[in-house]
Amino acid sequence: MNAVAPPAEGEALSTSLFAVEGLRCAGCIAKLEHGLGAVPGVAMARVNFTTRRVRVEHEPALDDDALTDAIAALGFDAHPYVEAVSGAVKRESRSLVLALAVAGFAAMNVMLLSVAIWSGADTATRAMFHWLSALIALPAIAYSGRPFFASAWRALRRGRTNMDVPISIGLVLTAGVSLYETATGGEHAYFDGAVMLLFFLLVGRFLDSVMRSRAEDGVTALIRRVPADALVLGKDGTAERRAADEIAPGMRVLVAAGERIGVDGEVIEGASSVDRSLVTGESDPVAIGEGDPVLAGTINLDQPITIRTTASGAATVVADIARLMENAGQSRSRYVRIADRAARLYAPVVHSLAALTFAGWFISGAGLHQSVLVAVSVLIITCPCAIGIAVPIAQVVVSGALMRAGILVKDGAALERLATIDTVLLDKTGTVTAREAPVLATLDAQARAILLALARASRHPLSRRVAETLSREGVIAAEGVCIREETGCGVAGSFDGVEARFGKARWAAGVPGGTVLATDGRSPVAIDMVETAHADSAAAVARLRSMGIDASIVSGDETVAVERLGDALGISARGRMQPTDKLAVIETLEGEGRRVLMVGDGLNDGPALGAATASMAPASATDVGKLTADLIFFGERLTSVPTAIAAARRTRRIVQQNFALAVGYNLLAVPLAVAGFVTPLIAALAMSGSSLLVVGNALRLNRIAR
Amino acid sequence: MNGLVILIPVALLLGLGGLGAFFWATRDGQFEDLDGAAMRILNDEDPGTKRED
Repeated sequence: MNAVAPPAEGEALSTSLFAVEGLRCAGCIAKLEHGLGAVPGVAMARVNFTTRRVRVEHEPALDDDALTDAIAALGFDAHPYVEAVSGAVKRESRSLVLALAVAGFAAMNVMLLSVAIWSGADTATRAMFHWLSALIALPAIAYSGRPFFASAWRALRRGRTNMDVPISIGLVLTAGVSLYETATGGEHAYFDGAVMLLFFLLVGRFLDSVMRSRAEDGVTALIRRVPADALVLGKDGTAERRAADEIAPGMRVLVAAGERIGVDGEVIEGASSVDRSLVTGESDPVAIGEGDPVLAGTINLDQPITIRTTASGAATVVADIARLMENAGQSRSRYVRIADRAARLYAPVVHSLAALTFAGWFISGAGLHQSVLVAVSVLIITCPCAIGIAVPIAQVVVSGALMRAGILVKDGAALERLATIDTVLLDKTGTVTAREAPVLATLDAQARAILLALARASRHPLSRRVAETLSREGVIAAEGVCIREETGCGVAGSFDGVEARFGKARWAAGVPGGTVLATDGRSPVAIDMVETAHADSAAAVARLRSMGIDASIVSGDETVAVERLGDALGISARGRMQPTDKLAVIETLEGEGRRVLMVGDGLNDGPALGAATASMAPASATDVGKLTADLIFFGERLTSVPTAIAAARRTRRIVQQNFALAVGYNLLAVPLAVAGFVTPLIAALAMSGSSLLVVGNALRLNRIAR
Repeated sequence: MNGLVILIPVALLLGLGGLGAFFWATRDGQFEDLDGAAMRILNDEDPGTKRED
């Protein structure tokens, strides 16, 4: 990072959000905020401890990678967090909280007055208390009922009905009838019932909005990463920048070192390596030479190359994947949530029940007034408080428990889908295997110190991996002078007069081979990267099997390596899978009636993540992977997968129990209401009782993820 | 009975005051980082940066 000029007055600052692992105490907050504040170019850093995120305001010149490195230097693992919660969802939650507060205030006060009436206040006092209740309840209903009224009105205008229609009708009727009772000095006013109903319903609605899908469009994030133009070479040697759409196949494009490639093509001149992490999720660079294909969206790392365009704009592989993802997401949106399925049955039943009650009482000669009162009491008693709370409370409690276990649930519906899973497909990279780690056992302490000093001077992915491993082992870097990076070759430096080079074998030691550390007067030491299965991958697979779930590996890597890994874990494995192949596998399985959970991290998993019934990605995944997946797990432990599935299944059971409780309560209370025995007191007791029962049952989920 | 004429409006006003305070607190972002606020009191030299909202 070069010295950055102090921010000019009025210059726009960028804001970045990072999810940070390892925040535990007040000291961590101070360390992170002060540490980041000292980084040149950072104007302000603010930690949100509850969400384990840090918001950094910085100059646009600082990119996410630089900030991630800065946070890593302070001792925390950070992942750029794409703010997926749109402003609209946030505003909705907030307005629901305010409506909830008003309804709660009104319910408490009206209930106080009602207690006095129930305990036998005389006529004059009762009339006054009824008027007071009306004074409090009517504005509260008008303010807090808006979410329901608005939604019911939208549904009715389109000629449909939803859960909010019976709620709105019930609220309006109750308020109207109670007002009439108050004006005529009647005995029963249901203001207390109406506001309490509103309060419980808003609790359910608020919890639901907390669990609403926060998934941003993964496709948009993907396309944003592909450069919009490229440097095109003319026949006469001129070069001009052209928009990606205007580049035709066959044109020659020059890509500088460190630049993101804008088109698909074939290398015709130069040799380099590319970082394909956007597409594959693997950060290891891949060497390319003349004749090798390159993809748009990947980064050219070492040296400038010239490529002949084979596809550009909408024809590139990345654009293809984006289209696949768009289509894949549609199948998932057909899923109907449990609460909505219940609502479809519910509204007609309640309406006809109330109408029948009214008709029955009226025909048997009870008079209009009394018939309406009884019908209203049926509407109140059947109002779906407990049903409205049953699903969201369970989901909120379980996502809190999972969050503490390092699993982030992005969407409540995802938990419902996750409970139905019977097949798991694992992408190999990053999810089953540990990160590739350098083998450094053959190095002595001095060599390690030198290697760290060299490796941390470069931003090459391999160097960064080596530096990370060494720092974690507690190695202190050697004091070196003249440390310089030779692009495309490696890093060199001088340590106590000894020249050391870390990089390509041919450059560092003049011998063929991979990556080596060469020091004067010693034979070069090869630095190899190996990939091993996570220790707990086997445990995770065993647990999945005991839950009756099939697991298998689908990977884009070489078949041999994938099969070896599959054998080690005792599951079937398929290699060399293209994004379309993975998608096809999922579609075949789902076509057979199976429910698939896809666990993957790369862009090449994007379509599969979108098409599967449910999907999970590690926090280290590409943006696209994280945005498309339903659940994100921190750390790279595969055991999160069975934990999440078990929690989802448990949640489904609790939700079913809650429904049973709510319906059972209705079966008891409805006959009483139809028979005209329900007074405001009984309605209030029944309503709060069933809601408390449902909440208490859901709280049992709190211990689930331990 | 006379007491009620004073007590009920007083009770309602107090309640409304609480409600108003809650409205202010929500709009002001007081509930954005509940756990962090409990931790920050332990930091001596919190630079008093502006709260995120």
